[in-house]
Amino acid sequence: MPDDVLADLAAAAGGDGARPAGAGDAVAGVLPRYVVAPGSTEQAAALLRVAAGRNLAVVVAGAGTKQDWAGPPRRLDLLLRTRRLTGVVEHAAGDLIVVVRAGTAVADLQAKLAPAGQQLALDTPLPPGAAATVGGVVATNASGPRRMRYGTVRDLLIGITVVRPDGVVARAGGKVVKNVAGYDLGKLFTGAYGTLGLVTECAFRLHPLPAARAFLTRRAADAAEAGRLAAAVLGWQLAPSALEVDAAPDGGMEIAVLLEGTDRGVRERAAAGRALLGGAAVADEPPHWWSSYPWRPGDVGLKLTAALSGVPRLLAVVGEAARRHRVQLAVRGSAGTGVLYGGLPAATAPDLAARIVTELRAEARTAGGHVVVLTAPPAVREWIDLWGPVAGLDLMRRVKAQFDPEARFAPGRFVGGI
Amino acid sequence: MTTTDISTLAAALRAVLGDAQVISDRQELRTYECDGLAQYRVIPALVALPRTAAECAATVRACVDAGVPFVARGSGTGLSGGALPHAEGVLVVTSQMRAIRAVLPQDERAVVEPGVINLHVTRAAAPYGYHYAPDPSSQQVCSIGGNVAENSGGAHCLKYGFTTNHVTGLEVVTPDGDLVRLGGAAPDAPGYDLLGAFVGSEGTLGITTEVTVRLTRSPESVRTLLAGFAGTDQAGAATSAIIAAGVVPAAIEMMDALAIEAAEAAVQCGYPAGAGAVLIVELDGPAAEVDAQFTDVERLCREHGAGEIRVAVDDAERALIWKGRKSAFAAVGRISPDYIVQDGVIPRTALPEVLRRIAEISAQRGVRVANVFHAGDGNLHPLVLFDDAVPGQAEQAEEVSGAILDICIAYGGSITGEHGVGMDKVSYLPRMYSDDDLDTMQLLRCAFDPRGLANPGKVFPTPRLCGEVPGRRRGVHPLQEAGLAEVF
Repeated sequence: MPDDVLADLAAAAGGDGARPAGAGDAVAGVLPRYVVAPGSTEQAAALLRVAAGRNLAVVVAGAGTKQDWAGPPRRLDLLLRTRRLTGVVEHAAGDLIVVVRAGTAVADLQAKLAPAGQQLALDTPLPPGAAATVGGVVATNASGPRRMRYGTVRDLLIGITVVRPDGVVARAGGKVVKNVAGYDLGKLFTGAYGTLGLVTECAFRLHPLPAARAFLTRRAADAAEAGRLAAAVLGWQLAPSALEVDAAPDGGMEIAVLLEGTDRGVRERAAAGRALLGGAAVADEPPHWWSSYPWRPGDVGLKLTAALSGVPRLLAVVGEAARRHRVQLAVRGSAGTGVLYGGLPAATAPDLAARIVTELRAEARTAGGHVVVLTAPPAVREWIDLWGPVAGLDLMRRVKAQFDPEARFAPGRFVGGI
Repeated sequence: MTTTDISTLAAALRAVLGDAQVISDRQELRTYECDGLAQYRVIPALVALPRTAAECAATVRACVDAGVPFVARGSGTGLSGGALPHAEGVLVVTSQMRAIRAVLPQDERAVVEPGVINLHVTRAAAPYGYHYAPDPSSQQVCSIGGNVAENSGGAHCLKYGFTTNHVTGLEVVTPDGDLVRLGGAAPDAPGYDLLGAFVGSEGTLGITTEVTVRLTRSPESVRTLLAGFAGTDQAGAATSAIIAAGVVPAAIEMMDALAIEAAEAAVQCGYPAGAGAVLIVELDGPAAEVDAQFTDVERLCREHGAGEIRVAVDDAERALIWKGRKSAFAAVGRISPDYIVQDGVIPRTALPEVLRRIAEISAQRGVRVANVFHAGDGNLHPLVLFDDAVPGQAEQAEEVSGAILDICIAYGGSITGEHGVGMDKVSYLPRMYSDDDLDTMQLLRCAFDPRGLANPGKVFPTPRLCGEVPGRRRGVHPLQEAGLAEVF
């Protein structure tokens, strides 16, 4: 039987890039009916107009490295892949900006920028070989160690092109670093998990690649000592680009400091940092755990946040929880900004995982932060509210209702069932 | 709104705020008729001076109940008319919410009320070795609440970013009169980044009642130099060379000959005599880094034709170098009875071309333009000089000022880098964004303020009808179904 919907999609995609879905297209266990891969913003808009007319529920996929994050879609008809929305639109080296299509791998973008001595100063902590896309990183608000110096997506994104769920193309921001004209929709789409529309192009501010860098690492006996060392680094004049902590499940703890700058500056600061930390190891390369999440595919992955001074306490609480519940609970992250990541093995009993999350949430709340379950096996999801308490949820629902009144974009994936 | 309506609302506000916190006397109201952009003046129907977040929320609820618009105002220093009152509305002034609630160096945060003066945050943090990075030129008088509304910048935002990069939490009164917390002391709160959307929304999404700001470790070393050049081309080339060398200065500021002349006349800052342009370059950070890069910066300035280079040896000399720059707007008053402060942005590399085009327009129209700008990020502040006493000059100056914005747009820039759209640039926003872009931005407005009571008439030229749901309507229209309408 001919499929009218597929025919419409194929026509909108210009004959290429629309097909029925296969087993490999499932999103968090939910199989779409169709898969499209537009080659331009205009094609994407045409496809999404078809989706709107046909009442299709849509999920956007980049490289799929974080497709297991957030909730499974309540409904899914159309998977929109950004794999053909690739390439640098404009790199104005003298202005330190780049405009890039959303399906471009961040690693490819960095390779394009490096010859000019520039970078998008954003870490994408992922398993080696993964090819996270610009759009995926923006949609999930992923960040890594150097957020301490350069900030996160919200601080680097200066312009955005989106296609709304009704197929209308809209731009906000621009390609100059300084711009307060109109609302900053880039921030709204950052970390929205594709629930407000499709991001097709992003403009970023860039930073020069540093001439030199050094990593200082130092073992700590426990969370309290790690906290003292972190506080010493924060209070000194090292101006680190990152201050990370790693607490392995075996109880070992390590802090690592990244210094970036001129040859002479980094040499002198590394010497000062070494003295400050009471004999740190200085290396050109990061420790093996740097900029990676402390979980494997299929595990429970947590993001824990706290006000800076609450980080040592949060680290200690994680250690206590691991001992008390006899689980392997790894934790690492940015002691310099108050963002930690935790991992529980896939085999952890779902009710126990839920209990641990609840305990950690209470502690994070005391420290002014949150615990979000980024990923978890299906059995664990049944026991856990992935997001925890969300301030301003009513306003968020109203925003969603304005952008996507029919709740067709990634329904159910985001906070409060948005 | 009728006189009776106003007195009913005034009574309702007095009941919640107390008599002294509500102003209805015409003469007193006149004090609030404009903000920093004095060419627009509107006397508000009422002024409310809430002392707490709860009072602020009650004020907004009273406005909602009465169906009356409200406009928030901090210190009233804004340069785009963002706090221009509404003739039939309530001006909500936050100047009585001035407590610094907490300075938390161990969290690198401070929690302040919206009326707190920008510079006072830095003063409160200084004993701990921290400061609040955004530093608009008006920092001695402007309020943090106003900074949040405008996403204010400053000379040092080249390296440190704008208000939006330094606010981690807000308590706001929504246009429904609800108190809502967005973000907090910790980063990355779950959900949409409504905090990010709110900062810079120019009072159209609600009123800020508490701000959690990031405190920045004060640098170990600050070094500042002033370099004189033959003209802006040479100074611009030096700026490009500095950026190309991978240096990220804390600030690079440029002034042209006319701006230098004005600054000299006003504050005797001792800038190099006869220079066609000066650059102020400031580096900060660890001493080891600053020393290494400062040598490069000096060399690059010389290579690009700098004559005199003056290096500040202490804070007093640094202050003198900055004095000329920071007083430049006011200083122009010494060489011209009236002037327009423009705020546009261009890609930094287009600077020489854009300055040439501004000079051409200036010569053609016979209108003098002094240029002061944040050269590092391409944010221009052309000062368009005129004499209001001479018929036609004001209009001519307006035309030149508008033409400069068109140039900024033509070069892929922006109509405002830090002063905001406000009332002043409402008609320019559609030159930068399409109808669809503006419509999409207003979806956010509709989510927060479906009645359109929060600072109406600012930012967007045409309000969006919020009841209108985008996308295809399904099934039978409810009115048709009820037999109340037919489809033709």
